[in-house]
Amino acid sequence: MASDAPDETSPIGQPPVIEVRAVQHRYGKTAALDDMTLSIPAGCMAGIIGPDGVGKSTLLALVSGVRRLQEGEITTLGGDIRDARHRRETCSRIAYMPQGLGKNLYPTLSVFENLDFFGRLFGQPEAERRERIAELLKATGLDPFPDRPAGKLSGGMKQKLSLCCALIHDPDLLVLDEPTTGVDPLSRRQFWKLIERIRARRPGMSVLVSTAYMEEAERFDWLAALYDGRLIATGSPADVMKQAGESTLEAAFIKLLPTESRAGHEPVVVRPRSTHDETLAIEAEGLTCRFGTFTAVDHVSFRIQRGEIFGFLGSNGCGKTTTMKMLTGLQPATEGEAKLFGQKLDAHDMNTRRRVGYMSQSFSLYGELTVRQNLVLHAELYRIPADRTQARVSEMLSNFDLADVADERPESLPLGIRQRLQLAVAVIHSPELLILDEPTSGVDPIARDNFWRYLINLSRNDGVTIFLSTHFMNEAERCDRISLMHAGKVLAVGEPLVLAKERHAATLEDAFVSYLEEASGASQEAEAEEQWSDEGIDTRKAQTQTRLFQFGRLWAYARRETMEILRDPIRLAFALAGPLILLLTFGYGISFDVENLSYAVFDQDRTYESRQLTENFRGSRYFSEKPEISSSAEMDQRLKTGQITLAIEIPPGFGKDLVSNKRPEVGVWLDGAMPFRAETARGYVTGLISETAAEAARSRLGRDATLVPINVETRFRYNQAFKSIYAIVPGVIMLMLVLIPAIMAAIGVVREKETGSIANFRSTPVSRLEFLLGKQLPYVAIALVSFVTLLFVALVVFGIPVKGSFMVLACGTVLYVIATTGFGLFVSSFTSTQVAAVFATAIISIIPAVNFSGLLVPVSSLSGAGRFLGLAFPAAWYQPISIGTFTKGLGFRDLWLDLVVLLIFGVVFLAAAQIALRKQEP
Amino acid sequence: MRYHLMNIFRLGIKELRSLKADPVLLVLIVYTFTFAIYAVATGARFEVDHAAVAIVDEDRSGLSRRIQDALLEPLFKRPVEIASSEIDPAMNAGQYVFVIEIPPRFEQDLISGRTPSIQINVDATAMTQAGNGAVYLNSIILQEVATYLQQRQLEASLPINVVLHAKFNPNLKSEWFTSVMQVINNITILSIILSGAALIREREHGTIEHLLVMPVTPLEIMLSKILANGLVIVTAASLSLLVIVERLLGVPIAGSIPLFIAGAIIYQFSVAALGILLATYTNSMAQFGLLAIPVLVVMNLLSGSTTPMESMPVWLQNVMQLTPSPHFVSFAQAVLYRGAGVPIVWPDMAALVIIGVAYFAVAALRFRRVMTSFH
Repeated sequence: MASDAPDETSPIGQPPVIEVRAVQHRYGKTAALDDMTLSIPAGCMAGIIGPDGVGKSTLLALVSGVRRLQEGEITTLGGDIRDARHRRETCSRIAYMPQGLGKNLYPTLSVFENLDFFGRLFGQPEAERRERIAELLKATGLDPFPDRPAGKLSGGMKQKLSLCCALIHDPDLLVLDEPTTGVDPLSRRQFWKLIERIRARRPGMSVLVSTAYMEEAERFDWLAALYDGRLIATGSPADVMKQAGESTLEAAFIKLLPTESRAGHEPVVVRPRSTHDETLAIEAEGLTCRFGTFTAVDHVSFRIQRGEIFGFLGSNGCGKTTTMKMLTGLQPATEGEAKLFGQKLDAHDMNTRRRVGYMSQSFSLYGELTVRQNLVLHAELYRIPADRTQARVSEMLSNFDLADVADERPESLPLGIRQRLQLAVAVIHSPELLILDEPTSGVDPIARDNFWRYLINLSRNDGVTIFLSTHFMNEAERCDRISLMHAGKVLAVGEPLVLAKERHAATLEDAFVSYLEEASGASQEAEAEEQWSDEGIDTRKAQTQTRLFQFGRLWAYARRETMEILRDPIRLAFALAGPLILLLTFGYGISFDVENLSYAVFDQDRTYESRQLTENFRGSRYFSEKPEISSSAEMDQRLKTGQITLAIEIPPGFGKDLVSNKRPEVGVWLDGAMPFRAETARGYVTGLISETAAEAARSRLGRDATLVPINVETRFRYNQAFKSIYAIVPGVIMLMLVLIPAIMAAIGVVREKETGSIANFRSTPVSRLEFLLGKQLPYVAIALVSFVTLLFVALVVFGIPVKGSFMVLACGTVLYVIATTGFGLFVSSFTSTQVAAVFATAIISIIPAVNFSGLLVPVSSLSGAGRFLGLAFPAAWYQPISIGTFTKGLGFRDLWLDLVVLLIFGVVFLAAAQIALRKQEP
Repeated sequence: MRYHLMNIFRLGIKELRSLKADPVLLVLIVYTFTFAIYAVATGARFEVDHAAVAIVDEDRSGLSRRIQDALLEPLFKRPVEIASSEIDPAMNAGQYVFVIEIPPRFEQDLISGRTPSIQINVDATAMTQAGNGAVYLNSIILQEVATYLQQRQLEASLPINVVLHAKFNPNLKSEWFTSVMQVINNITILSIILSGAALIREREHGTIEHLLVMPVTPLEIMLSKILANGLVIVTAASLSLLVIVERLLGVPIAGSIPLFIAGAIIYQFSVAALGILLATYTNSMAQFGLLAIPVLVVMNLLSGSTTPMESMPVWLQNVMQLTPSPHFVSFAQAVLYRGAGVPIVWPDMAALVIIGVAYFAVAALRFRRVMTSFH
């Protein structure tokens, strides 16, 4: 496959499929790509190699048009990738599979549904979709599991499904970003075979792959090696090895690195253990861990001697991490037993914890503390005596070459240095046992070799037992003994060379593959190969629509979003049950009806007149009487404790003064702590006492005591009983239909950003409007269902009828939820995390919806900023519709303006979301 | 024991450093304890304040104009004159909360002793203003008519002289109430969000695993978070009370501020424990947000800090007693407005302690089991 052809033309003499000229790309201050120029040949398998973080993913995203180009020029498939029209036209010819196992898949959707979604995005009619899906599933051996949710597939299967999704529209250029990272070696081999077969069927297709596994790159036709954002070599693998004068790509890669990067690098030498300590550091006996019906670790047993370097080799999700967590006590074992240093593992034993150092898979130190602060914190928590802390921290800083970065925050440091810091933290308390979960994943080969030198020193010089997991074969070979793990089971335990010998395999990888094949029975791949049909997908070019707006693509998103929500009970419960519960609590709880005011009388007169005065209070439903007060000190005290809100003080001689017309004074003491309540109470008291006084005047003076000869008739309109509930329930419906739909919609988009499936939006022909409307539709539907349930509760539970036009209420609600979900989409199109989206939506919407919408204070009484804030948010326009149709009995004639404004809000929010959402990643 | 305390102290310092490194949270804290309190206290009033009034004056006499002129700010906006045909559409559109109708020949009828009627139309869906506003309008109109008839002051004509005193807030200013209640509501919001989020962040970053394999107990981890965040929140709340509420808004504080701070510390503990408890029921920040928001809204709106507790149905009052906020609201009202001391407020404080300990205990039980499993 190798060829000596120069870069400009491919092995089969076509013009290059991609040309990159002087491309620079920065993330903040760090440059991911630095003045990159290269031509990628067409019609062959081209690879981009290099460790993590050297710019491979950035390059692939740029050439596929998924990421926005900052500086330089890129020509892909004969057109400028900056040109939006070219991108629109070519995106149906490019397939882009993002990094991360199954990142572009939807875990709750089945295998078939995932593929169906992609088919719809490319506008394929149903018959064609079915045919293509059937063929792809057969070709990849996934055909027995069309109904299995993608999230429940093994790593290898996920990766095949991702590939199927990429191939469904028959691309001319297939871009695969690290497709094999974290997959077991057997699946990896099968994957490359599959790619080869696909290429054999479609020789014109160009494939561009990135990988961090150097040994895989040896099969590529052409490769470009990247380091630190720069190109360090291009050509066929044979060329590159020849240039470096090495026999493997990994060695060649290290040789080709800039001199300062590889200064002092020499191959890792594993010294043999000098003393064999037969005592055991770890004994695991039948360790089992189940999560529900899923068995993550299945009766795993092994023994590790003191001072040994013991490796766990296996793919992602095979149970390595769970086993390690059981040994640290983080995860209780369902069955089985583990002993550390001969004692049964006790998760609560602080002394054992001090003898163990642990390094978890991802970086797990405090990014916001400096390197030194992290070390000091751990030293202190491990109870290193205060006088020795400084010395030990300095020792660690120098041992692990961290002195230069001691006062920087790990967030800003390269992965290799962070890895060293984690190891330093794990050994700061001189533990006897180190448990390291994939300590070197994502670290470049040189840093990895250095890291291993530390480990070897710890093991050989200090006799520390090291238990680590990895998916790199060459690291496994450096271990004293390894255990091969697959699907929760240990396949074999032994010295690497012995294991290879037992299987008559040339390398450890071959041995592992042979164990895997034995474990999984006959190779399914062989069958699949035979079933590959000749007149398959390759003979026909997909009919892909490039029209600007297509309902099918919108529907694809709406359909998929709906399925996802229906399968997420937490979100669904939040969407439907949440508003109901809140309506019930608020309907009953928020009330401005002031009743049952507790009062007590301080009657110092005790005459017929004084009793008559208080009699009226007793009969009122607004007041509830408490035991009488006997002294003014008591009156103060009881008001102070809040036992009573009102005290009526009748002075001595009240009756006599009243009779003799001396206008006796009655003191009323109100608890003003809650002004609304006090104000209302004041009104009640004044009314009651005037009535009593009038009555008294009438009976005493015998004249018609209408003191002011007019009638003031107060008509409480819309709500004759003047009950809060008639105003609160419609208001709460207004509140629920803004908060919940907006938050749901906001999460809808941001979730895709966080999980990575947003890549499908960026790499397929779906337009921003189709995407947004497709996302919005299900949430509008859910909000309307929620509205129906709220309406039901209002009618049946609270007995609040819709007095006005139901049609206007219904139309208003549709327009309102379109506006509120549109608001959520708008927020989510500029936020990048779900947390930010939730809090931003809540904070922005709660203030205008609660305070300035007319729920608590009528909008007509607002002025200035409050009024503006209120009117600039849809809530204040729906509140009149809700309360108008429920309580005021209004119809279209009164409310048409509110309907129009809501419609405008909906359109404006959607337009704003469309502007804020970028089709390309910045 | 000494080790435990030292660990809590060290972890607490770490917690403070983490907070310091998160400018967004710091801005959020400053915002909620300054601007948010000021804006809500001066903006959202439940008292009758600038209520929109219209007048249909079909009398056009000296008396009717007198009545119109008697409607003054700040209770009412300047009344707008409208025609009687405009009453319905204007009230339907919610332009006015009150429309006063003065009939033709009102003044004449009054003088000739025919007891004319004046009508006040009230939009009874404007719950906070309708009732009290109608009472005010009523008494203003009566007063004006009485003065017009050259009687003595209206009240003097009553055989009883009622002297109303509003204790603790003589002028019934709502910002006195709202500002302090906002401080309380914000303590609730921030304690739940900060402590819950601090835990979820550790979980999402994987640092919690690191802590759990070290010689550190879950109790120490939980306490350090509560104490560190509590220190920040109680300090911010106290400053807010002294600077924003007392100084800027001019709200007199009757009681002992140290007592209030002591109560706030207990309250913060119980709410933060609730935040941690909620965090143990969720797997991600997004779920935590979805769960925390309704809890916060219910705790704030139904605690007695917005509407009177006794207006709620008894069963709901009882349910709310299981949350800390009604106890703290009643504690704070007693201390800050009524100048109550420990002998009066100790039952509320005791309730806070019991509730806090209960939440904390349940959270501690769930902590280790939940924190390490990601499935």
